[in-house]
Amino acid sequence: MSEATPPDDRMELQEDPGQQDQRQQRRLRGSDGRMLLDQYFRVACIGIAGISVVILAFLLGSIIYQGVPSLSWTLLSGTPEPEPSEAGAWPAIAGTIWVCTICALITLPIGIGTAVLIEEFKPRNRLANRIFSAIQLNISNLAGVPSVVYGILGLTAFVSMFGLFGSLKGGESSLEIGAVYYDQFTNLASDPFLSMGAENARERYFLAPVASPSDPPTVATSGMEMFEYQGDQKVPVKISVFDPFGDLPSDPEELSLAIAADTIPGRISEKSWYYFSLPFGRGVLAGSLTLMLVILPVIIISSQEALRSVPSSLRDGARGLGATPWQVVWNITLPAAAPGILTGSILAMSRAIGETAPILIIAGIVYIRNAPQHLMDSYTVLPLQIYNWTSRPQEEFHAIAAAGIVVLLVILLSFNAIAVILRQRMQNKVR
Amino acid sequence: MTTKTLETKPKRIMNQVAPTPSAENDSTDALDSTQYAIEAEKLNGWYGDFQALHEISLKIPKNQVTAFIGPSGCGKSTLLRWFNRMNDTIFSARASGDLRLGDIDLLAPSTDVVDLRRRVGIVFQKANPFPKSIFENVAFGPRLHMQLNKSELSDLVEWSLRKAAVWKEVKDRLNAPALGLSGGQQQRLCIARAIATGPEVLLMDEPCSALDPASTLAIEDLMDELRDQYTIVIVTHNMQQASRCSDKTAFFFEGRVVEFDTTETIFTKPSSQKTEDYVRGRFG
Repeated sequence: MSEATPPDDRMELQEDPGQQDQRQQRRLRGSDGRMLLDQYFRVACIGIAGISVVILAFLLGSIIYQGVPSLSWTLLSGTPEPEPSEAGAWPAIAGTIWVCTICALITLPIGIGTAVLIEEFKPRNRLANRIFSAIQLNISNLAGVPSVVYGILGLTAFVSMFGLFGSLKGGESSLEIGAVYYDQFTNLASDPFLSMGAENARERYFLAPVASPSDPPTVATSGMEMFEYQGDQKVPVKISVFDPFGDLPSDPEELSLAIAADTIPGRISEKSWYYFSLPFGRGVLAGSLTLMLVILPVIIISSQEALRSVPSSLRDGARGLGATPWQVVWNITLPAAAPGILTGSILAMSRAIGETAPILIIAGIVYIRNAPQHLMDSYTVLPLQIYNWTSRPQEEFHAIAAAGIVVLLVILLSFNAIAVILRQRMQNKVR
Repeated sequence: MTTKTLETKPKRIMNQVAPTPSAENDSTDALDSTQYAIEAEKLNGWYGDFQALHEISLKIPKNQVTAFIGPSGCGKSTLLRWFNRMNDTIFSARASGDLRLGDIDLLAPSTDVVDLRRRVGIVFQKANPFPKSIFENVAFGPRLHMQLNKSELSDLVEWSLRKAAVWKEVKDRLNAPALGLSGGQQQRLCIARAIATGPEVLLMDEPCSALDPASTLAIEDLMDELRDQYTIVIVTHNMQQASRCSDKTAFFFEGRVVEFDTTETIFTKPSSQKTEDYVRGRFG
């Protein structure tokens, strides 16, 4: 078949030689034009790439120029004091690390799992197929939703949980694990108004355990056993109740155990690292879950692309050896798709690190002095802290904000670097 | 070797057919059913509304090489993929009729597909080693189905690679990526991978179509060696290959088995005009 001359060529042979020459020349000119177009295209590509590189370099340069002089150990480890020279971003850095780590731990399994379900376990019947297409369409749409919308959604769904557990008054929640409540009493010596006859006694605080946070305040009675912190240890002590205007014991030690009658204690709580409450409130977990909403579509879509790029011959090979669908996914498809999944996940995580709008809504603008201690603890993140600083009137804070941006960039770059190294390693292992 | 003409009777067929006279009188149903690996009876297969297989009735004899020949799209590969239910992944694929491996009903939905595929290995047209090391590729199947300790596993890997005639080339780089091997080596690695699970039947779907003549020869030699322990079914577009290395040949056309007989008969005195036209290269 291939040796046979197609009829078109035979027609051409019958044309007169001059015409044929002309055709040949036209062809040559066409090729010249294409070569020239190729050159133009290359120049255009370099130009476009160059513009973006120049803009990026300019931005980076100006940020580094403004920010690097303000970079200091105080900035990395200090708390956000109102005085510019003492201002630090440690609570924000710790908050960013907390929120992003928990966000990654929750989002990656869900996102990759969803992608595996959609790509590898396609349904056989028509109804399920429709449902899958609907899910697919939704995921694609969700990727384009502005993140502030997710912030509002997170506020309703995670922070207050649709009000299912009552309103969020006074930070009380209806379900708690890992919290112990105490009523804190002050002794006579530490009371600024009643300490007149007790100057020679030292100030002490006593804790009376409370069974439930909704209990009425404890009424102190003489001989009641309370706890006192001595160093890190809680030690039981016996307190006594006195009328502050009556006779007081003369022994300073005995006097230091005295509590004024009718003292109203302060309710305090001690929360363990595993403290958990419903609804989540404005805590780290609610923030992480909201960021999960923001990046989940991105992770699902990029994981799907990565899974789709795994040749089906590999799946057939594993299936042909008697691997179950799960074994095919776990041993063959996922490892082969891992570099792609990793790239997409890291891009998504970078977005999560830099995300400000939803955090602004669900964390609220609160002054945070401490790094988060547990999942429900209040927090702030670096972009929010930078936003806060840039909105201050003092010039010094703008320089500190620039330094904060440099810190954020370094965190982002190190994230990306880890991803690139991991991906290279994985690819080297199989090629 | 591909220049060998059909008129010169392939040497290997003479050797093979002569000592097994039972293959000669197969058409008279002299063999009892235990000597067949796979039996198909009035098998119809569809992809959606398209009927790919029409009333296929075939008995694949044990420990012999059976070749499926025929033009593209005639249903050879489809039938082969029903033998170990690889068609399960194609949503529109259905089949009716009777297809058995020993006493297993291959079409029943309740059939344990995982165990079936351990017993019926498959080698694909394009070598598809996993992006893992050579060792891991061969060890993949055994790890799925067997409880082996380290030394047993490495013994099995070595045995499989030796059996697939690729051991000498890879023994010093078992931990190297399998994708670094040449095409022919990759295909032999895939054969090693397929026999490592100890299958009874080995299905080969055009295993040499992407290989150079030297690798093709190596794989044909391999089939010759493996036929003692395995039932081999090979789909091929290469007439010479079918005539060189198979004991029985089935000629497919438009989803039907036109003729199924000893390879010698098919290539020398076929009963159907269509078969003769095809094996003489007049169409297809």
